[in-house]
Amino acid sequence: MLDLTPDEWEALALSIKVAFWATVASLPLAVLVSYALARWRFPGRSALDALVHLPLVLPPVVTGYLLLLTFGRQGPVGQFLESWFGIVVSFRWTGAALAAAIMSFPLMVRAIRLSIEAVDRRYEHAGATLGANPIMVFLLITLPLALPGLLAGSVLGFAKALGEFGATITFVSAIPGETRTVPATIYGYLQTPGGEDAALRLSIIAVAISMAALLASELISRRLPSRSGT
Amino acid sequence: MLRVEIHHRYAPDTAFGSAPQGGRAFDLEISFEAKGPVVALCGPSGAGKTSVVNAISGLLRPASARVTLGNETFVDTAAGRFVPPHRRGIGSVFQDGALFPHLSVRQNLAFGTWFRTDAKGAMGSAEMARLLGIEHLLDQRPATLSGGEKQRVAIGRALMARPRLLLLDEPMAALDADRRQRILPVFERVRDEMKVPIVYVSHNLDEVARLANDIVWLEDGRVRAVETGMTHVEPDRPIAPRLH
Repeated sequence: MLDLTPDEWEALALSIKVAFWATVASLPLAVLVSYALARWRFPGRSALDALVHLPLVLPPVVTGYLLLLTFGRQGPVGQFLESWFGIVVSFRWTGAALAAAIMSFPLMVRAIRLSIEAVDRRYEHAGATLGANPIMVFLLITLPLALPGLLAGSVLGFAKALGEFGATITFVSAIPGETRTVPATIYGYLQTPGGEDAALRLSIIAVAISMAALLASELISRRLPSRSGT
Repeated sequence: MLRVEIHHRYAPDTAFGSAPQGGRAFDLEISFEAKGPVVALCGPSGAGKTSVVNAISGLLRPASARVTLGNETFVDTAAGRFVPPHRRGIGSVFQDGALFPHLSVRQNLAFGTWFRTDAKGAMGSAEMARLLGIEHLLDQRPATLSGGEKQRVAIGRALMARPRLLLLDEPMAALDADRRQRILPVFERVRDEMKVPIVYVSHNLDEVARLANDIVWLEDGRVRAVETGMTHVEPDRPIAPRLH
């Protein structure tokens, strides 16, 4: 049924690689930001909240363009990364992962933040009175209790990263084998006469993966109340 | 000797961490001294009992306060001293136990011992469980326990960390009279055998009369009355012979 051409397999494998690293690499920061938004009161909290959500409402092409300006070879961060670490992200798969990570970040933070807010603070207080310092309280109490939300957020973020198109194609274009992910491949087929069949095949796969991810995320987060409840 | 002096104002809003009394502004002006070993905090709901307990444990950081136990100073805002809760060594038993739901009873009991470098004189989980009559529950999760069992585990968990003071904030509020009667002796053993001083918050005057040496009566964020130096007659030395 799904007789994919080598090109399509390549796009699928690349998409999964990009989405996987986008999710894994941004997870620690997502947890930190979620925790800060859920538990800390500090100046600029609203601004941070807005900044995190910005990619959700900004036209993806704008996000991609801003990435190009900052992380491109001429951009300040891009130049710094290249001259100090020899890392180039523009027009590389790592750049695609960066774009996907930024676009899926708001979804991850929303899910993780909700699960952290759902952790009863009395457990954290109890941990502190038993001698656990704030880091131990976070690692031994908050994090395990928020784990379902962390997983749900990661799955959701992975699915979103898998489908990212606008920012990715603006930032790193669609180079076969390097940055041409599934959405870019579908778009390419639609621009080519006679490419509809291939576009449909890949679209079905995209729908299936996205549905599976949403269901998995929903199933995991439904376990949340039973975990943190008394 | 426990000395507590707290001046704190809860802002009149429902924002995070403030105004527990239904969102209205609330002033706390508390000052008392108690010898113990068991100090009872009594008074109607909203009197500030839990705030006092939280100020002692460090979960509340009052605007101005001085809290000392013996020669240990936990808070002295005038001297800029505030010892964070995890360094105070003060155990707390919360109303419904607040057991960690993701850990087994055994792990809950052991939690406090993970952060103590001095294992000297520490009681094992098994020994504590035997003392509290919860040996058969060690491998269970808190969700499967009854209210009375949860409270026993919570008491054991607090004691395992070998606290220098134990705060009991209405520890039996969620229990029926029968279970209260069965847990009360546990507190007496803590007082008499383990020699851990206790601050006991309760509405129940019978419990207070049975356990406490000092009673601090709070009302509307202030100390209304203090009664100190009550002694308890040991059950094996009945007072009856003295009556004739």
